[in-house]
Amino acid sequence: MALAHPQSDAVSPVITCAGVHKWYGEFHVLRDINLSVAKGERIVICGPSGSGKSTLIRCLNRLEEHQKGSIVIDGIELTGNLKNIELVRREVGMVFQHFNLFPHLTVLENCTLAPIWVRRQPKAEAEATAMKYLERVQIANQAHKYPGQLSGGQQQRVAIARSLCMKPKIMLFDEPTSALDPEMVKEVLDVMIGLAETGMTMLCVTHEMGFAKSVADRVIFMDRGEIVEQNTPDAFFTNPQSDRTKLFLSQILSH
Amino acid sequence: MTGTVENTAPPAMAEERPPVATVGPLAWVRNNLFNTWYNALLTVLIVWAVLRVVPPLVDWLVIKAHGFGAPPQECRADLGGACWAFVAEKLRFIMFGMFPYDEQWRPLLVIVIFIALLGASCDRRFWHAWFGLVWLAGLAVVGVLMWGGVLGLTPVENTYWGGLPLTLILSVIGLAVAFPFSILLALGRRSTMPAVKAICVTYIELIRGVPLISLLFMASVMFPLFLPTGVTVDKLLRAQVAFILFAAAYMAEAIRGGLQAIPKGQYEAADGLGLSYWQKMGKVILPQALAISIPPLVNTFISFFKDTSLVIIIGLYDLLGSAKAALTDPSWRGFYREAYLFIGLIYWAFCFFMSKYSQRLERDLNRSRRH
Repeated sequence: MALAHPQSDAVSPVITCAGVHKWYGEFHVLRDINLSVAKGERIVICGPSGSGKSTLIRCLNRLEEHQKGSIVIDGIELTGNLKNIELVRREVGMVFQHFNLFPHLTVLENCTLAPIWVRRQPKAEAEATAMKYLERVQIANQAHKYPGQLSGGQQQRVAIARSLCMKPKIMLFDEPTSALDPEMVKEVLDVMIGLAETGMTMLCVTHEMGFAKSVADRVIFMDRGEIVEQNTPDAFFTNPQSDRTKLFLSQILSH
Repeated sequence: MTGTVENTAPPAMAEERPPVATVGPLAWVRNNLFNTWYNALLTVLIVWAVLRVVPPLVDWLVIKAHGFGAPPQECRADLGGACWAFVAEKLRFIMFGMFPYDEQWRPLLVIVIFIALLGASCDRRFWHAWFGLVWLAGLAVVGVLMWGGVLGLTPVENTYWGGLPLTLILSVIGLAVAFPFSILLALGRRSTMPAVKAICVTYIELIRGVPLISLLFMASVMFPLFLPTGVTVDKLLRAQVAFILFAAAYMAEAIRGGLQAIPKGQYEAADGLGLSYWQKMGKVILPQALAISIPPLVNTFISFFKDTSLVIIIGLYDLLGSAKAALTDPSWRGFYREAYLFIGLIYWAFCFFMSKYSQRLERDLNRSRRH
């Protein structure tokens, strides 16, 4: 399998999954996942629903527990050790399908909560950083509103800014545009493209194939808990290897 | 298909007023009180009942009532009017119980302090950690005023405490201590740690399954049996502890309801940002869960404020107890309607205030969150 690892020779990987398995009860949701992500790499994970792609990225910051194999994030292995989990979560930002902003806090407070309490930043500094990132996602003028007053696209941009305020080394996106009205998808994707251009290590579960083509270094296709195929976007879309990939691509690209 | 759909924008229309018969007070009465035959019947019945009940009540309460200075013989001569003289005569006894007469400015000051503290606590500008210290200081002053023995104040045994200060001490301290305890219980009940969960579930179910009266009896009668001879724990303290234990179990269930209403995504977002368990709960989950829990919590507050009157069965003279005691005065025996009405009004005033305040709080919290 031809792999495009732009920097894999130069830098040790920031994410290493080796032989990762996970079960929900009897259901085998992740089967022998081996994945290595280099610093600055941008990965799109796609696959049919129920293929385990969300579960995989949720294992990377231990929102889900894997039962077999090892996951090492930035040199720290994820085990039951709570201290390690907290350390990893500081360095790994996550953006959710349903935004999950804190409705009782203003946009600005959403962004400063973790820097103040987890990173122990002074309030003024955290607010300055937050305003910088809110500026970057073009929502600084809404900083004092509550999430309930914003549109879905605006909320998702705030969610991205909130993650960035922790200055993470890795960003995980779990179907960030799936819950949005169609006209709001672009504003969120534009923010993500801008983020990719800064060299952020990104893993993104998405069905936005345009985003995959223009931004990803590597596309991973999952089905039934396995990584079926991974390749550069060019090769992935023009020359898929497995039948399952071909079927999936024909289904999502036909409409 | 193209070309067949015409532009159907409506023509401009003059602003039309509703027909006259559908607005105004008469129309309202017809639409709301007499819109069906059974509504009309209910309306008539209610008007008849009101006319039957209200005039005699006003008669008894006000018109035929005896003056504040009337002697008991005069009240007894005509029972058709309320004898407010009884309340006037026994006011200090009902309010302060058997607290030494000359020292009753102390429990009065205690009432003022409690009301001031409660009033200030209603203002969200005071919702800071330092205000907890103000409360502690206030309670210390309450303790000094009630017990005395320092600063030249005559010592007063707590068996002489009574009336409204006792009710306030039992309920305010009881609820204030039970509240944090109940939060821990609610969190424990939802904990992933099996031992913590089992302890909290057992505690809540055990306490909730027992009537408050039996818990008070246990505190007053059974508990001393388990103590080594010579060791005694104050009766009031025992009642207070029983009360706290009971209130905490109920409040924990109200809070658990709020916790369950918080979507999983809130927990995940807090986890994903690296917040610790207590940061997540304190900053993200509880502020939302408690706001949701306000109606059931206030329900608990109100019922426990009134349930403090049960301490009468273990011989403490709270507001209800001292009112009953006032009725035992031979010369004023029999004026129980006036006594119960008076203390009922006091209980009602506190409960009504709690209810109104909770409604305002709910509205304020919702306003900042949604629109």
